[in-house]
Amino acid sequence: MRTKLDINGEVIIVRLDDELDHHLVAQIRQQIDEKVLQGSVRKIVFDFTKVGFMDSSGIGIIMGRYKLMQAVGGEVTAFGFSSQLDKLITMSGIKKIIKIYSVEKDAVERGVK
Amino acid sequence: MEYTNEMKIQFINKSSNEGFARVSVAAFVSQLDVTVEDLSDIKTAVSEAVTNAIVHGYENLKGFVTVECKINGDTVEIIVRDCGHGIADIEKARQPLYTSRPELERSGMGFTVMETFMDEVTVTSALGRGTTVIMRKTMLSM
Repeated sequence: MRTKLDINGEVIIVRLDDELDHHLVAQIRQQIDEKVLQGSVRKIVFDFTKVGFMDSSGIGIIMGRYKLMQAVGGEVTAFGFSSQLDKLITMSGIKKIIKIYSVEKDAVERGVK
Repeated sequence: MEYTNEMKIQFINKSSNEGFARVSVAAFVSQLDVTVEDLSDIKTAVSEAVTNAIVHGYENLKGFVTVECKINGDTVEIIVRDCGHGIADIEKARQPLYTSRPELERSGMGFTVMETFMDEVTVTSALGRGTTVIMRKTMLSM
């Protein structure tokens, strides 16, 4: 149940795992931001395929990374939401600010500025 | 009111207990004929209420959070209580996207999620004495 970061050039893929709540978010936020602040990251892709549970802390981490990437001229995408998670994602309005894809390839390759 | 079944758990305000709380409630509620979706809704609402108690109720002090769950027929009542700082303005706290702790990247969606995923949410609070959130949801029979 450790979140893994796959770094591929300018893209970081955040492999979220387990149950995404305030407890887990507090740990992974720092992991991601350290990499971004090192300089070369242009895109953060959140992989939700292995997330079995999420509360509004998950919305918080996406919104926070969106603001961070806006500040450095990069972008954020996500993929792999189950129908349970989609309910929360839809009500949060986050789909209006970041692109959500169903498969990894699209989330990684599409929309690169 | 006469309840069919009741439980009560108490734990200190460590964030690692957020998972413990929602899984415990889910396990208790599972004795009803509950759909996967209803169970997921309840877990999410409990997670929000307990996280609020841990993050805002006590901030950096140590304190206990109590979670009670009562079943009456097909209706589940969940009570999440802390004895912490209390909320000065409940109306404001319940507004979507409002957060008193923006530095923690709380999305400000906690109460909105509880209201969306449960049928009824009542909040009572007294400054210096703590906050109680009561949530109810009636299961649709399968």
